[in-house]
Amino acid sequence: MKYVIIGNSAAGIGAVQGIRELDKDGDITMISDENYHTYSRPLISYWLKGDVTEEGMKYRPNEFYTENKVNALLGKKVVSIDKKNKTVLMDDASVTEYDKLLVATGSDPFVPQLEGLDKVKNKFTFMKMDDVRAVRERLSKNSKVLIIGAGLIGLKAAEAMVSFTNNITVIDLSERILPAVLNEEASHIMKHHIETTGVRFVLGTTVKEFSENTATLTNGDSIDLDILILAVGVRPNTELIDAIGGKVDRGIITDDTQAVKGLSDIYAAGDCTKSHDITSNTDKMIAILPNAFMQGNVAGKNMAGGVAHYTNAFPMNAAGFFGLHIITAGSYSGEEHTAISENGYKNLFIADNKLKGFILIGDMINNAGIYTSLVREQTPLNEVDLALLLEKPALMAFPAEYRKEKLGGQR
Amino acid sequence: MKKVYVNEERCLGCHLCEFYCSFAGGGETDMAKAFKLGRVVAPRVRIEESKDIYFAVQCRHCEDPLCVKSCIAGALTKKNGMVEIHKAKCVGCYTCVLVCPYGCIAPDKKSGGKTVTKCELCLNSAAGEPACVKGCPNKAIVYEERGEQ
Repeated sequence: MKYVIIGNSAAGIGAVQGIRELDKDGDITMISDENYHTYSRPLISYWLKGDVTEEGMKYRPNEFYTENKVNALLGKKVVSIDKKNKTVLMDDASVTEYDKLLVATGSDPFVPQLEGLDKVKNKFTFMKMDDVRAVRERLSKNSKVLIIGAGLIGLKAAEAMVSFTNNITVIDLSERILPAVLNEEASHIMKHHIETTGVRFVLGTTVKEFSENTATLTNGDSIDLDILILAVGVRPNTELIDAIGGKVDRGIITDDTQAVKGLSDIYAAGDCTKSHDITSNTDKMIAILPNAFMQGNVAGKNMAGGVAHYTNAFPMNAAGFFGLHIITAGSYSGEEHTAISENGYKNLFIADNKLKGFILIGDMINNAGIYTSLVREQTPLNEVDLALLLEKPALMAFPAEYRKEKLGGQR
Repeated sequence: MKKVYVNEERCLGCHLCEFYCSFAGGGETDMAKAFKLGRVVAPRVRIEESKDIYFAVQCRHCEDPLCVKSCIAGALTKKNGMVEIHKAKCVGCYTCVLVCPYGCIAPDKKSGGKTVTKCELCLNSAAGEPACVKGCPNKAIVYEERGEQ
């Protein structure tokens, strides 16, 4: 059996592990346009900050490819798939055959069309190792940094850069920070915390026009800059699948085995796909590393002839900013149950007798996974001690038989 | 694979397992000294208790561990039936805290929350076998084979 995996990040690695659970000997070829041993993209901000070395960023050990008998073709880009002859063509004109193909092409940063953007010399996106290396080369204690986008990527970039310069401004079109991850109250708490470090926010506005070292905002302000970070979001890389008639709708559409709809023997996983969010019952891009790994892992098992389904995806995030951590999951609709502590915040969202989502900050994050399991399993809340769960995540809130099964090894 | 199991009906909620656990990881030889010096008590076993229910819970070393699959840094691995945390690789993002259905991975107080900590069955400590089990006066936690992987 010949497996070809396009992509060398979480989804691709998940697929290798999935394949090798069932097929120890089939040929695995992994192709990536990035010339790096598999590394964790979310760790680039930690590298910039100096918290991890390049070696420490490796997502799997050095022996991973040899131990898993993976032929890693790094620094090569796949330019097209020939679904009839079951081959992929690379940018150096070489061709590789496949029996089963995984497209794990990820996403690329979205670069907005802003007036005068081409005049800005030092502009960067913040997603890959090469991006952050380029930023590091330019960054000094006199840098004036403007970050467009107050999402997870923009704020992790800001956190990493604070140790270099105290001149950092973050702008966002939204009126609040982390708008996709937090509700208004939680955004306010995080904004207040981050501002104490000297990072400035200008919200509800965007850039009207750039000159080489100035951004004029739609609200009339102007901001001096010599480093611009574009962190407004990501776009799925769907071109390879689009070109051969697979189903694409702002993300590659797969079934729950990760097989691409409309094609045979071709699978997709990770940021390039759409997932079915069980908490909102909608299809959306869930561009987070755990989701990519799990999709890839399911794809790998199916490619190797096993049976695996990925049926419980939902958005979730864990991140710390300047020592204050947030943990979130699911969707934020339904009845709200809010609690505030000295150094924390909690909001649970309940609808249809189920926990649909939650937001936890600071000292409220402990044991968060017990809440996440209620979201993942969509546990009927009348079967658990809801009053206790509203107070804190606890296994005690589950029936004794459940605990006996789970903790007594009977399941 | 031998695992630590909870016998809920035998647990008295004495919290001794927490002390044995912290002690096992601390490198101190005198327990009284270890805890009276004001050192951080950072057990990897968690007690849940109410008026009439008590039990201790630690990492289940799941057959298909969500923490290992979700770790963004490759810091959690499963080998020979045990889920291990490689603290040098951990960046303290708490994705594992987010996904563990048992609440059995926690920010490591000893590192000021820069990494996480979890039960590793004392296999990496001087004790060599789970200290919580050894110290439990009532067999409320046991270390035995029940056919799980």
